[in-house]
Amino acid sequence: MRPFPRHVLILALLLNAVIPDLARAEARYQEVVVADPYLELHTGPGRGYPVFHVVERGAAVEILKRRTDWFKVRTEDRREGWVARDQMLRTLQPTGELTRFNDGSLDQFAAHRWEVGTMAGDFDGASVISVYGAWLFNPSLSLEVGGSHVLGEFSNSYLLTAGIAHVFVPEWPVSPLVMLGTGVISIEPQTTLSQPEDRTDQVAYAGIGARFYLTRRFMARIDYKSYLLFTSRDDNEEIDEWKAGFAFFF
Amino acid sequence: MEGRIRILLLSLAPVAVALGGCASTPEDVQVPASEAEAARIIEPEIERREIKVPKIDHENFEIGAFAGIMSIEDFGSNPVYGVRAAYHIAEDLFVEAAVGRTEAGLTSFEQLSGNLRLLENRDFTYYNISFGYNFLPGEIFIGRNYAFNSALYVIGGVGSTRFNSEDNFTFNFGVGARLLATDWLAVHLDVRDHVFATDLLGRDKATNNLEGHLGFTFFF
Repeated sequence: MRPFPRHVLILALLLNAVIPDLARAEARYQEVVVADPYLELHTGPGRGYPVFHVVERGAAVEILKRRTDWFKVRTEDRREGWVARDQMLRTLQPTGELTRFNDGSLDQFAAHRWEVGTMAGDFDGASVISVYGAWLFNPSLSLEVGGSHVLGEFSNSYLLTAGIAHVFVPEWPVSPLVMLGTGVISIEPQTTLSQPEDRTDQVAYAGIGARFYLTRRFMARIDYKSYLLFTSRDDNEEIDEWKAGFAFFF
Repeated sequence: MEGRIRILLLSLAPVAVALGGCASTPEDVQVPASEAEAARIIEPEIERREIKVPKIDHENFEIGAFAGIMSIEDFGSNPVYGVRAAYHIAEDLFVEAAVGRTEAGLTSFEQLSGNLRLLENRDFTYYNISFGYNFLPGEIFIGRNYAFNSALYVIGGVGSTRFNSEDNFTFNFGVGARLLATDWLAVHLDVRDHVFATDLLGRDKATNNLEGHLGFTFFF
């Protein structure tokens, strides 16, 4: 082992005494080095806000936070401003690699685990608004739960469902899917009409649909479901539902 | 120490291979000058740096409350209050869910007729899910020293209104202004029309229910 020159050793010891945690301190903010000729700082998170400062190539900035595609950064001389994602992609990490953000992609879409979305459409002539969540066991099979509010001329209903969905080709940006499930529907008639009692029935459904990858972590979805209402009367009711909406996946 | 032993063993390895391969006589074996060789190999003095990249704080959600005045068609104007939550999908686009509540006043008919009342339940509550589009971003200057970022947005969506104990499918659309007091605190001024069909006064008609409110939201 080659011995350190003595003055280096003394200097290191001194520094260590003065700033003991310099080496170990964990940075609170991510730091990147500008690789573009200039990094433009806007006054707000949007292209409409004016550029008020630029940081030159080679200088470092800290990333304070992010809103949509804009990053709030702090320069070495403590100025703060917003930088567009496109420019942030041309900065360097401490490792020397280009900065990359995990913003979702078609590959991630093909293998995502969770999905939350909202849809609206037609439920046997009435309007329907619904929210749903899905957990994917594997890329093509998921457990879906949903709640719908059906707003009709003569009655309103709340519908809660749980079921499974099967996506045929998860890696395609547009893929068909089939659904099968069950649930309960609570129907309350409008008060301005005669007042039959509220009723709660069990339902079962089968459906087909399609999902579309939009961008980043967003997808669109259309569903057609055929419901069977197990009523307490002699006949069961059949109801068709059409819905379209969008969802986030993660 | 361990490093040195490893170097020693490594330097012996080719010898061992040579021994095994040729099954040579002991006279051919050259004893390596292991000490000298070990000294020639430079031990790396660089410590591996483990780089932990701190996570970036995403602030795309917005949550807050509002209060204002809402005019229910035929039922007068009354205070309205509610809560809203938004998710900013992109620079221009956001999705918002809101819940609001007001109370219906008296129709002119009720006022003129004395004690007659048309409704048992005068609560008016609504919820909606809407898409908003930010446009005209800019700055608002207050006095000489203050400039605040602002944006106008158009917003529209669907939801439900519960009025007279009935749910009605409702469209809403409107315009709003957002002023960012700080990066995380916004002041909203909103004007919204809630349109739904009702047969409350005898025949079916689409009612326009206008709302104006002031609100605060926090980004997180």
